[in-house]
This record gives sequence, C-alpha cells and structure tokens, in this order.
Amino acid sequence: MQFMSRQKKLLPNSHTELYGQCLQFYGQPPLENIALSEFETFAVERLKLLKTVENLGVSYVKLSEQYTKKLDQESKNLNFPYRSGPSEIEKRRKDHISHFILRLAYCQTEDLRRWFIQQEVDLFRYRFSYLSSKQKLEFLHKNNLQYDAISVEEKKALQDKLVNSSYAVSGITVEDQDFYKVPFQDALDLVRTRKVYLKAGYVYIPHQDIVTIILNDFRTRLSKALALTARSLPAVHSDERLQPLLNHLSHAYVGQDYSIQKNVGKISLEQIDSLSGKSFPLCMRQLHQALRENHHLRHGGRMQYGLFLKGIGLSLEQALQFWRSEFIRGKVDADKFDKAYAYSIRHMFGKEGKRTDYTPYSCMKVILSNPPSQGDHHGCPFRHSDPELLKQKLQFYKVSPSGISQVGDITFSLNHPNQYFVESQKVLGGGKDIKREMDTPQRSQENSGRGSAAAREAAAAANASQHLAEMTEELDSFFQDA
Amino acid sequence: MPSSDYDPASLPDLLPLYYRRLFPFSQYYRWLNYGGVQKNYFQNREFSFTLKDDIYVRYQSFTTQNELEKEMQKMNPYKIDIGAIYSHRPNQHNTVKSGTFQALEKELVFDIDMTDYDDVRSCCSAADICCKCWTLMTIAIRILDRALREDFGFQHLLWVYSGRRGVHCWVCDEAARKLSVAARSAVAEYLSLIKGGEETVKKVVLTDPIHPFIRESLAVVERYFPRYALQEQDILGRKESVDKVLSLVPEDILFTVYLWLQSLFLQATAKKGQYFEKEIMLQYCYPRLDVNVSKGVNHLLKSPFSVHPKTGRISVPINLKELDVFDPFAVPTISLICEELDRKKENNTESSGRSLAQKGKMVKTYYYKRTTLAKYVKYFDQFLDAMARSWKGELLRKSDLQKEF
Repeated sequence: MQFMSRQKKLLPNSHTELYGQCLQFYGQPPLENIALSEFETFAVERLKLLKTVENLGVSYVKLSEQYTKKLDQESKNLNFPYRSGPSEIEKRRKDHISHFILRLAYCQTEDLRRWFIQQEVDLFRYRFSYLSSKQKLEFLHKNNLQYDAISVEEKKALQDKLVNSSYAVSGITVEDQDFYKVPFQDALDLVRTRKVYLKAGYVYIPHQDIVTIILNDFRTRLSKALALTARSLPAVHSDERLQPLLNHLSHAYVGQDYSIQKNVGKISLEQIDSLSGKSFPLCMRQLHQALRENHHLRHGGRMQYGLFLKGIGLSLEQALQFWRSEFIRGKVDADKFDKAYAYSIRHMFGKEGKRTDYTPYSCMKVILSNPPSQGDHHGCPFRHSDPELLKQKLQFYKVSPSGISQVGDITFSLNHPNQYFVESQKVLGGGKDIKREMDTPQRSQENSGRGSAAAREAAAAANASQHLAEMTEELDSFFQDA
Repeated sequence: MPSSDYDPASLPDLLPLYYRRLFPFSQYYRWLNYGGVQKNYFQNREFSFTLKDDIYVRYQSFTTQNELEKEMQKMNPYKIDIGAIYSHRPNQHNTVKSGTFQALEKELVFDIDMTDYDDVRSCCSAADICCKCWTLMTIAIRILDRALREDFGFQHLLWVYSGRRGVHCWVCDEAARKLSVAARSAVAEYLSLIKGGEETVKKVVLTDPIHPFIRESLAVVERYFPRYALQEQDILGRKESVDKVLSLVPEDILFTVYLWLQSLFLQATAKKGQYFEKEIMLQYCYPRLDVNVSKGVNHLLKSPFSVHPKTGRISVPINLKELDVFDPFAVPTISLICEELDRKKENNTESSGRSLAQKGKMVKTYYYKRTTLAKYVKYFDQFLDAMARSWKGELLRKSDLQKEF
C-alpha cells in the first residue's frame, strides 16, 4: 500500500460508490492521496475508538443496552459511522482509511496483532448488529460465504434437538427459517459456548445467527492480512514521515506493562507477608495465602503470582529462594525443586528456553485467559469466585459493607495488579520515585489521546487511587489489630 | 498379585529387556507414520525422553523405525512423551532460522486425572485410585467418546490408561490433527461442564434449554450414579458428605430434597427450571478435563506403551468393548511381563526358534505375544487397521491427482 505514489484523485461520486455499503470486510486498501495531518488524526481517533471498545467489553456484556449506547456515543464523538444512511459517506471513508493505517502499526508482534484483531472483531460485531436481515443477507452474498441449507425433511427430523440447542431457537424459528450446515471449525464461538446443535462435525445454524460465522471469517481474513502487512513493513518504515507516528501508535495502547523491572532488590523476602496484607490486590493475596497454607501452587498460580512478584521487584535469586523455601515445607524435596520447579522460575525471568522476559499479567489477561479449575487458586476473585464467598472474604479483610456492595457495580478502572501495588505503596507513603513512574504513562496517554479521553483516564486513575486508599486503610488497620 | 512385585529400583534392569523384546515398535511406527500419506510426518515428530536421574531431553526425532528402535534401546528412557509434528526435524531445530521452526499438527488429546475429582471422592485422594472411584473414569470415557464421535464426527479414538491415576484420549483423525489452537480450545470447552476452582462451591449450573449434549451426558451419568455415588462413594453415609450435597441445593426446597434423597429419585418433582438434582449428579460424576492439555498443538503427552516409573504399569490402550470390566490393577507391570518372558523362555528353550527357521524365511519373533501385553497390542492393531482403511483412500486420491498432471 503506497500512500503518496498514486497520482489519481478520486471524484466525490466515486466515494459514494465505494462507501455505499455501511459495513465492510476491509478487503481493499484505500487508493487515494491522503494528507499527512489527516493520516495522523484518523489513526489516533480510531485508536481511541478501539480502546473504548476494549474497556466497554470488560465492563459490560457485549451488545447489551449500556454497551451499545456508550459505543454509539463514542462513535458519534469521534465522527465514526455507526448507522446506515447517505450522510455517513465521509465517516465511512475515515473508517476505511484509519483501519488500514492501524494495520501498519499493529502488525508487528503477536501481542499487537492479537489486540488489534480482538477490538476490530468486537467493533464489527457491534456494527453488524445494526444491519437489517435483508442487509445481512446481502453482506453474506457479497462476501462469498456459501454454506448449504438443509432440507425441510431434515429440519423436521432434527426439530427437537435444534430447539433445545439454543435459547433463541423456537419451533417457529425452525419452521420459518433456513438452517445452514456449517463445519464446526468455522463456528468456534458457537461451539465453545455450546449455543448450537452439533452433529457429526457440523453445526446447524439458523439464518438469524449467521453473524458468528461472519465474525470468524472476518477474524481469519484480518489475521492473514496482518501477516502480509508485516512483510511489507520495511518499505513503509523507510518513509521517515510515517515511522515515528506508527511507533507511537503501537506503544500508546500498551501503557505501563511492568516488564522493565524497577526497584529490583528493594523488597526483601521478609516483607512479603506484611506487604501481601497491605499492598497486594485480592487475587495475589489469595495466591500468597494458598501458597503459605499448602506449600504449593499449581502452574497457573505460579505464573500469575511469580510474574507479579517479579513486577514488584523481586530478583531471580530472591524468587528462587522464596519458592524453594516454601515448597520444601510441603511435599517437594530440595532436589526435586531444583530439577523441576527452578527451571520454570528461571524461565519466567527470561533465563531459559527462548529467553522471553515474560511480563506480569494485566487484569485483562487474568480475567480473560485460563480460568481456574479444581485445585487452582489463580484468576480474578471478582470474576472467578462465587459472590457469596467473595463477600465473606472481603468481610474477613475488613472492607466496609458499603464498599462490598460497591464492588459489585464498579466500572473497571484498575488495569494491572502491579498498578495496585504501586498505587498502594504510594498511598502508604512511597517516595518520589514511585510518583514519577506513575506520571510517565499518564503523559504518553495524554499525547496520544487528546481532550476527553485523557481527562477521563485521569479521573479514572484518581477514582482508582481513592478506592485503593480506602481499601488499604482498612487492611492496614486490620493488620495493626492483629 | 503380580503388581506388588514391582520395585522402581529395578527399572534400570527391566527397561533394556522391555525395549529390546517387548515394546511394539512396528505397530508404534505404523501409527505415527500414518500410512506415509504426508511427507516427513514421522521424521518431523517430536519425542521427549525422561532418562535416569530425571534427566529430561526434548526435541528428539528419528528418520526411520530402525533408528527409533536403536536410540530407545540405547537410552532406555524411563518415560516417553509424544509431541507435535513440526515444520522441520526437531533434532535440528537449532539450525533453523528463529521463528520458522513451528509446530504444525498433532492429535487432539485429552487428559483425565483422578486428582481433579478430589473434592467429590471419599475413598481416595491425590495419586491413589481404587475400584470404587475408577467408575469415574468409566463415566468420563463413555461421555467423551460418544461426544467426540457423534457430535464432532471423529472416528479414530485411542483411549489409553496412563499407568497410575487417569486416562488419555488420542484423537487421530486427519481433521483432528490439523485443528488450530482456537479450535482445540473450543472443543475442550464444549466438553466442559465443571467450572470453578477452590473458591467455588457449586460447580455446575444448568439453565433452560438443556442442550442435547448435556442430555446425552446425563443419560450416561444416570446409568452409573445410583451404584457409584450412593453405594460405592456412600455420599449419604456420613454427615460431611451429606452436608456437601445439601450445600448445592437451593434453600427453599431443602426439606423436599431431604425426603427425595431418602428414596432413589430420578422422577423430576422439581419445578421447571430447577435442575439441582441433575447438577448434583454432574458435579459428582461429569468428566473433568484440563483444557490446557488439549489446547496446545505443541503439548507433550505421555506415549502409549510407555512405562509409569512409579507404578511400573504399562500405558496400555483400553478396549471400549470391555470398558465396564476394565481393571486398572490388572494392567501388566513391566516386571510382570519381563517375568512372563523369562518363564516362557525356560519352558520353550530353542524349539520355537527352530521351527520358524524351518519354514525357510526369517520370521521375527514377537515376544510380547508370550505375555499379558499381547491382548493390548492386538487391540492396538485393530485400531490401526481401521485407520489404515482411510489412509489407503487418501493415497489413492493423491496418486490420482498426480496422474492428472
């Protein structure tokens, strides 16, 4: 894709043709000349939109009323299309161009790609939900998704099973609509959540649910496209006007990931018990307690907690000593520890295998990946625990009753367990160093997102630290009483 | 009992005999070569070995069956794991440009481990098993086998006893081997009903409508539940376990439930939408999978016919036709089969060898046939025969395509 070499200028009515459809798969890149200022604005605003998509996705059920209302609002504010209609042409052009610019910025690493694809898929899903049935059908045919419909006889024979497979399918649905037979590999989301009838490797989908298939198709196409884009990156990077902007875009979303260890060695092992009461978020406190009680943690717990400890400043030697001394108290002897577990701790610090220095998990990662099962203590207590049990725990940790009920409703403003730790230490009287750490990400956020987004972030951080201050005060007094 | 004769210290003496005379190399190769339909399939497969003193070596690979035999006889691994088929030969992965060495295909696998049921079994815990809780494995195999075949359309499933406390399933269909990480994880989640770790009391929640998959699974559980939970596990026999059951029941119908529990239930007297009796049965009996084992294309899993160093038992394939009478304690140990071999040798001396030679050709002596291992290898052969029919079809198809050019 070359922005400046094409000399053709497209006439306005070609725009009407190009952008006649309100939704697209982004199959073709834009071919027109684009001013550099537009380039930058479009990209930054789409990034803001995608960040909103991400945050709303964690706080609300996707496509719920609150979710769509807020996303409508944001799309309007940033001048992106969110409805069909002729006035949307300019917005669709912006949508088209900004998507392709962000592809350049987000194709470079696995993590960036994964993030970008996830938000684009969610955005697509939201927009698709606004299409009428007729428009959906048109979209299917235009994009070559041919799946076979089953015969009326087969539908009748399978009627009970079809009705029982999905909350949304009734006897009437089966009679009125076409059902498509789709290979299960093309409908993984429906299979994963068991929302569909599956037989002999095929899922049977009513016309109304074909959206999931489309989303998968979108995801696959985008994934392939990003791989291709990555290969043409060197050519793009040679243009000095673009490179700094693209780098800036891809770093802005990440923010503070606690991968670069600051304060290494400033924490001693003796402090960990008391720190766990004062400054650890609930998930880590739970893990620490389970470790002390059982002298063991399973793999998921070791990863989540081990990386967190690395993030707060434990050195490799300290970590080895910490885990070893605890495991030895349990069923593991020193030899076995050195052979089996020491390797994985060194691996965490990037000293083994492919030498990746793993980053501590963000809240998003803890909540969304690897849910705990029998025997596990990792995960997010606010997501993965029984509400009753969670209430009990918070009571035990002496959080006020109003605080507990608030927890149920809270909009997520905390992003990372290590962020909790740093904020908490700050509140409890940390030094200037810690304050400076917190300022840097704020600044880069402000640069990338102007106006409302930055103000909102600052307000959210203030809320988070106030909330944290309350919680840490309670916890502090609990420890003093004990 | 033969199993009590096994002593882990004798492994260094038994393993050489096992790998020289008993390990079914030709069946093993026949399996992993998959009919030679795809080039370099066997050569690019990763194996990992655990050697004496817990030395662990990864990225082992072999070019021929012969090479595999020689290496295993040289190294005498305590444990063998099978990994993925990579883009290049695993033992040359260091020479490959970073980023291009990738896991491409592997069987879809499942690992059911009895430790994951500790919160619902009263007879044993941790690594122990007994005939009372083994029923859980039977239930797990029946439910998963049905679902993988009827719902997902897979045909070539190999169920293997892990040697100590669980079972593995290897789904060997071509479509299964080619599944992506996302697809594997979707399959595993479709099959999962038990959600929650230490912090969750009620691990199964059913809502309307009840999916056909859950209905089918319940039908299996209901067949086994009365004998298993009420007699073998005796969940109503002690106060703690009664309390546990009751903690899963909504409070307003507690009294009704108590009466219900007194008699063998199965009639749905509960209000529509309340499925607590089904949820309880499922929480006690439904299979617990480790999704992470199934997700990864590059995940290494214990190989069939590998020895379990702690129990000495061979990881044998399970014949589903005899599932209800399968006894994990009757599975041969390495010491048993070595002993059987010695015994037969004493009885036969040279006679069998000579009669074979008289036939005028070099017939390989299949020593495993003289041991309890025989019936398991025979079953493995049948499994391979069924798969071979599909390979034949594939090879024909491929050669047809070539002729067109």
